[in-house]
Amino acid sequence: MNLEKVIFGFFIVLAATLNFGFVLGDIGNPAHHHIYELFAAIVVNLIATVLKFGDRTQIGAIHLATSLVADLQLICAASVWAWAAHVAGTGMTADVTSSVVSLSAGALFANVVSVVILIGETLMLRR
Amino acid sequence: MPSVIFLVFRRMRSPLILLIVVYALSVLGFSLIPGVDAQGAPAAPMSFFHAFYFVSYTATTIGFGELPVAFSEAQRMWTTVTIYLSVIGWSYVIFKLFAIAQDSGFRQALASARFERRVRRLAEPFYLICGCGETGGLLLRALDRMNLRCVVLDLSQARIDELDLEDLGSDAITLAGDVRSPQLLEMAGLTHRHCRAVITLTDDDRANLAVCASASLLNPQLPVIARVQSNAIAANMASFGIRHRINPFEKFADYLRLAIQKPGSYRLMDWLLALPGTQLRRVDTLPRGHWLICGHGRFGSAVEERLGEEGTSLRIIEPAAPPEAGAHVLRGIGTEARVLEQAGLRDAAGVVVGTNDDVTNLAIAVTARELNPRAFLVVRQNLVANRRLFEGIDADILMVPSEIIAHECFALLTSPMLDRFLDLVHAQSDEWASALIARLRGIAGERAPHLWSIRIDVEQAPAVLARIGRPDDDTSLGEVMRDPLDREQSLRLVALLRIRHDGQADPLPASDTTLRAGDEILFAGTRTARARLELTMRNANELDYVCTGVDRRGGWLGQRLATMIKAPTVRKSSH
Repeated sequence: MNLEKVIFGFFIVLAATLNFGFVLGDIGNPAHHHIYELFAAIVVNLIATVLKFGDRTQIGAIHLATSLVADLQLICAASVWAWAAHVAGTGMTADVTSSVVSLSAGALFANVVSVVILIGETLMLRR
Repeated sequence: MPSVIFLVFRRMRSPLILLIVVYALSVLGFSLIPGVDAQGAPAAPMSFFHAFYFVSYTATTIGFGELPVAFSEAQRMWTTVTIYLSVIGWSYVIFKLFAIAQDSGFRQALASARFERRVRRLAEPFYLICGCGETGGLLLRALDRMNLRCVVLDLSQARIDELDLEDLGSDAITLAGDVRSPQLLEMAGLTHRHCRAVITLTDDDRANLAVCASASLLNPQLPVIARVQSNAIAANMASFGIRHRINPFEKFADYLRLAIQKPGSYRLMDWLLALPGTQLRRVDTLPRGHWLICGHGRFGSAVEERLGEEGTSLRIIEPAAPPEAGAHVLRGIGTEARVLEQAGLRDAAGVVVGTNDDVTNLAIAVTARELNPRAFLVVRQNLVANRRLFEGIDADILMVPSEIIAHECFALLTSPMLDRFLDLVHAQSDEWASALIARLRGIAGERAPHLWSIRIDVEQAPAVLARIGRPDDDTSLGEVMRDPLDREQSLRLVALLRIRHDGQADPLPASDTTLRAGDEILFAGTRTARARLELTMRNANELDYVCTGVDRRGGWLGQRLATMIKAPTVRKSSH
């Protein structure tokens, strides 16, 4: 029972679940997508990325790559939101919301890949 | 380099996570705490975007102010918390970064990565020097003057730092490490395709042996030159197939014997082995008679063995002599005048001062000079750095082990044929050597000549090779040695040795020797002579000029016109 592996797995899965929770719902309806959940998803994804640093194996490299992709997509989503809300002044219309959610859905895909790799790694160890 | 970056990232994980958490907490707080509008009435909290903006410039201590409107008291309370948390977070990050940079393991990893990358990118021939103390330093500087690149390994980091500050023409690639490790040797380019030779000069025989073993097993074609001090290890090296094992004491003792038996040959060898351009020492012939040897270590016993073969009468002074050593060994310290007189210094023909401590040697030399100013003084100087002190005692021969090894290495590396030539010199008579010295003196004056070898092949002598291929003319050595600027003059050089392509050696080839393809010739001469000879060897027009006297410059058109102008006269005479 390795505490480090527990923490590692916890953050990867938490990142995926928060991301999934945000994306769930009607893609054009701003009421279905709460900003706090996006915030939480970004923070936990960043922490998960940092946790994946420093692993020099091939699996570690793919983990880090997927995390970076997810971070990129989520930050883009947040930027689009901030732009729409403050710079353009349009607020959260249907198409802005769908842009934000589709970017987050991309991040979700990367997070799912990371979770699948985690599962595969765990099954290989068989303990 | 990527591995070093990963190392940094790995160490920085906790500071970065702390920073992310602090930022997240601050931004979250600001998005929840209600603000006030311009009039003072309670308003909605900041949006995430404004919160992130505010935290960014607060945490990095830029501090624009409370934007977009003045804060409510609750917000100000939270700002205080944010400030302390974020400053601590950033300090931790910066502190950790500095700690990593200072960490010696990290710096070692950085230095190794850089070293490996530089070695891998080498695209010119280079020499690998293992162990760079005084001997290595001499060799490094000599090779650098010839514009040859070196990769240097040494055990001491301090020595490597010193070498990095040296004023070399092209920087040597250096790393501190234990040369016994085969991984380090491979990283340093032992199996690199541009490595020309490995020279191991550490003062630890076992380390030298380890390098020889690695070299002969990992890269058998690579020439290895090893410094060795014990005969047992030398034999061990021979079993690995290492041909060039330099034992400075044995070498010097050999020179000393040669100096007694055949002083002409000794002067010739000294001349040829000196670094080119250096002023030559005046060397007197060694007197025969009674000799004293102070110090009976490896050097002393090597000298005793050689001089004893001559039948020279010897007395040895050695403080740690065992009582059963014999009548000719005196227990005592050579610095005491009483001991020297007891050994017969007043009537001695020569004294060899050979302990391994420079101060002792100086003391003995001074005492000996005082007691017998006419005796021939051979003094061993252990450290090159003490040269000024040893110059003061005006010894007849100064034996500096580092210089002997460095000169030998340099000669072996830059003119490999010299080795064979010196073997031949040993076999010749003294008169032969003296005649050659006179010739060399005529060419190079009192300075040591440059030595180089040329092989008649397409790479080094294309013009000569082409001319040899022609059926009509025979190119002779004398013709090639004429000055391309004025063919009546001869270049200032001497052809020392010619090795035919079938391996037969021909010392001091005559001027009318015909050159054949695959011949290798060792020349001694000045630097200008070398440059001009190279011109003759490579440029077909210059070669024709020196051989035939016809100045055939100009391209195809010029030559056609020249033959057309000449042709009518030929036709007229054929009538």
